[in-house]
Amino acid sequence: MGFTSLNYFELFNLSFQFDVDVEAIAGTYRDLQRAVHPDKFAHQGERQKLLAVQKSAEVNDAYQTLKNPLLRALYMLAEQGVDIQLEQKTLQDPIFLMQQMEFREQLEDISQMDEGDEQDQLIASFENSIKRLTADYYCQLGTLLVSSCKVSLENAAIVVRKLKFMNKLSDELERLEETIL
Amino acid sequence: MAYSEKVIDHYENPRNVGSFDKNDPSIATGMVGAPACGDVMKLQLKINDNGIIEDAKFKTYGCGSAIASSSLVTEWVKGKTIEQAGEITNTTISEELALPPVKIHCSILAEDAIKAAIEDYKSKR
Repeated sequence: MGFTSLNYFELFNLSFQFDVDVEAIAGTYRDLQRAVHPDKFAHQGERQKLLAVQKSAEVNDAYQTLKNPLLRALYMLAEQGVDIQLEQKTLQDPIFLMQQMEFREQLEDISQMDEGDEQDQLIASFENSIKRLTADYYCQLGTLLVSSCKVSLENAAIVVRKLKFMNKLSDELERLEETIL
Repeated sequence: MAYSEKVIDHYENPRNVGSFDKNDPSIATGMVGAPACGDVMKLQLKINDNGIIEDAKFKTYGCGSAIASSSLVTEWVKGKTIEQAGEITNTTISEELALPPVKIHCSILAEDAIKAAIEDYKSKR
């Protein structure tokens, strides 16, 4: 049970890359949890039991991080020494932000429409555009995050910041859909 | 989390909401976004030939604190020179609105919006 020094990827026996088979890691997660389950160490004293609890929490953290693409990207940046400073640093990309404003305005317009087919269609096409954009950003991360040059990692950090806005859009869309249903 | 009275006042009666024509040479536009929460803010300043801010408008998609921060800033910058406006810091904004620590990024957003607008003004000249 000595894997405290392993990073999350090593712990899950994966190579350090952004693309992860989420189904496969679910299986690894179950195996790892079984291996470190505190019940297994019930007869081995308090210290071993405590250690097992810690390992189990660590396996859990690793799994939650690896299965979520945004958390995975943030973790990969942190492992490579990039502090993304989400709280302190604003994004200042006028073209991207103008587009975000337009998306927000569209959502506002859609929410003020009468319910019906036209509104449903607009919601569907809105969902499509943000899904496509989001997929593009994740695609970029695949190459940027495993590059050894600093510029690529900084660009990856910018893409991650943009993804936070895309996630916000899909949250807002979900909220709108809930009010309609 | 409880909002301060000032935040609620600005949130319920936001000052100077709207847009100017961004292609007008006397209009400076600052666009900023806060990745932590996905808030987006547009601040526009109408600046005369003497470098004095005659009018300001904003449009913000975000929480109450983000809206209050931008609304407050539009009031503060009016009548100021661009140099004076550039000296407004997130600390003065968050103190005025009594923002809790988790909402400091809203005041940073407003400060950066002023700076971005000033940059836009300079690049247009």
